[in-house]
Amino acid sequence: MSFLVDSSIMITSQILFFGFGWLFFMRQLFKDYESRYFHWKMNLCVILLILVFMVPFYIGYFIVSNIRLLHKQRLLFSCLLWLTFMYFFWKLGDPFPILSPKHGILSIEQLISRVGVIGVTLMALLSGFGAVNCPYTYMSYFLRNVTDTDILALERRLLQTMDMIISKKKRMAMTRRTMFQKGEVHNKPSGFWGMIKSVTTSAPGSENLTLIQQEVDALEELSRQLFLETADLYATKERIEYSKTFKGKYFNFLGYFFSIYCVWKIFMATINIVFDRVGKTDPVTRGIEITVNYLGIQFDVKFWSQHISFILVGIIIVTSIRGLLITLTKFFYAISSSKSSNVIVLLLAQIMGMYFVSSVLLIRMSMPLEYRTIVTEVLGELQFNFYHRWFDVIFLVSALSSILFLYLAHKQAPEKHMAP
Amino acid sequence: TQEIFTKSVGKSSLVHLLCQNQVLGNPSWTVGCSVDVRVHDYKEGTPEEKTYYIELWDVGGSVGSASSVKSTRAVFYNSVNGIILVHDLTNKKSSQNLYRWSLEALNRDLVPTGVLVTNGDYDREQFADNQIPLLVIGTKLDQIHETKRHEVLTRTAFLAEDFNAEEINLDCTNPRYLAAGSSNAVKLSRFFDKVIEKRYFLRDGNQIPGFPDRKRFGGGSLKSLHYD
Repeated sequence: MSFLVDSSIMITSQILFFGFGWLFFMRQLFKDYESRYFHWKMNLCVILLILVFMVPFYIGYFIVSNIRLLHKQRLLFSCLLWLTFMYFFWKLGDPFPILSPKHGILSIEQLISRVGVIGVTLMALLSGFGAVNCPYTYMSYFLRNVTDTDILALERRLLQTMDMIISKKKRMAMTRRTMFQKGEVHNKPSGFWGMIKSVTTSAPGSENLTLIQQEVDALEELSRQLFLETADLYATKERIEYSKTFKGKYFNFLGYFFSIYCVWKIFMATINIVFDRVGKTDPVTRGIEITVNYLGIQFDVKFWSQHISFILVGIIIVTSIRGLLITLTKFFYAISSSKSSNVIVLLLAQIMGMYFVSSVLLIRMSMPLEYRTIVTEVLGELQFNFYHRWFDVIFLVSALSSILFLYLAHKQAPEKHMAP
Repeated sequence: TQEIFTKSVGKSSLVHLLCQNQVLGNPSWTVGCSVDVRVHDYKEGTPEEKTYYIELWDVGGSVGSASSVKSTRAVFYNSVNGIILVHDLTNKKSSQNLYRWSLEALNRDLVPTGVLVTNGDYDREQFADNQIPLLVIGTKLDQIHETKRHEVLTRTAFLAEDFNAEEINLDCTNPRYLAAGSSNAVKLSRFFDKVIEKRYFLRDGNQIPGFPDRKRFGGGSLKSLHYD
């Protein structure tokens, strides 16, 4: 019941929000070119402010809060951390030919160029990895064969490890009890001086305990590994079953298309670098021109290319950001703990902000010619060609290294499970 | 310190407190399952006193985990002699999820993710018939403000009644809640006694002959399940 109520509230509020937003933007805000330009610039300024000033400072503050020793002078240390960040951030601009020298020190172009470099690197890394990982995940050709006996064998190993841990802990519990009854209370060393003291004076019983504790720690680590491997095998088994259904076959088919697309992208990146070429027209206009010339269909090229390219640009942005968020969320769950959760959320925000700014930079390539000038005007005179080249290089590097990485992981996995 | 995102109820702290009578200094996220052992005196203070080991299996993860994780967890539910359901007193959802947890452990049936199981949807008779002793523990009692305490404790009392179980509410960072002689310690002791009886006595119908020597050991395994 509460589920239905919640979802209906969400849907109505979203409809209202978007409805009003659309009305507001269309009727009020963008009546003229001036106001649009102003708001675009203002948004950019605010985002940059947040990205460069607020979020890194906040991150530094949370990191410092986690270290117990520095608790008293948190603000001071977080300011120091922020200054270090700013220094490296500035230094980042030096090796890259991104600016023409006629700009001042605190202009927007300086900030955008640096943020852009980081963001573009990030985008290229992720696209490279995504381009390779996507066909690997979708296509069932790569699925390892998992049988029920494999899973049972692994489960048996897991339970055996747990039994060993239990027997060791039984010994420890009994030793602790007899020590307690004899009056030698085993205190956990607390604080710095406690640790030093425990090194010099220790009862024979507690020495025994620390030895067993070390063995137990190693066994517990092993049990965690085995648990994760078993969960992995179950997941693979489910995927194998899923791939035999209709939906699975459909995704498998898509996977083939994706792999062709990814290979094409890698190929184009190589060509761009080798032949030092920069595209002059965007792909949609080219495509339509080719269609018109080849098939002789009468088309109002300008009109259609503009609309289609914007729709495609929208789809690209949405899917790439969605893909990024999904990957980051998985990563986030894997490494989250109660202490570092704040830092991770802020890092996520930082990454998203940089991603957004650099996607604005890169999207310029996919837009028709007359709109490119507008983007150029707003973002200032950056060396756009450099960014595109940089993207291609990093994309290629990332794609090749992910191919290598996945190949190694794929080879190594079946051997792990065959071991007795 | 302020937390944006906490996902834990405090099971590991609880298990550490129960087994080692000490507060856990550095709690961290539990991957998979961790075990600890408690030495328990069955029927303490009577002439039939015997010492047993109780294994506490702390099964981590959430009710909404992927089904591969649930299948892996299911291997730990074999030969369960008792279940401790742990929930967070400051988080109402964690107590609602206890129903799904108990179904997962008792039926060993993988509940599909989807709509919440609310109070009306579970089968009370299933818990009345249930032979496995259950205990409901609420953690983070210290974080409940004085004014809200009565309301929270009433709610948890109903919860424990639904499961046909005893309940204990405490704060895992303070050993005084389980101090010897307190009502919580008595409830805990009674619960462990029931577990031991189920494992060793009720099945045969007659008592296993015991040695007069206090050092006879047995083990009962007890799963402590809970929600995030």
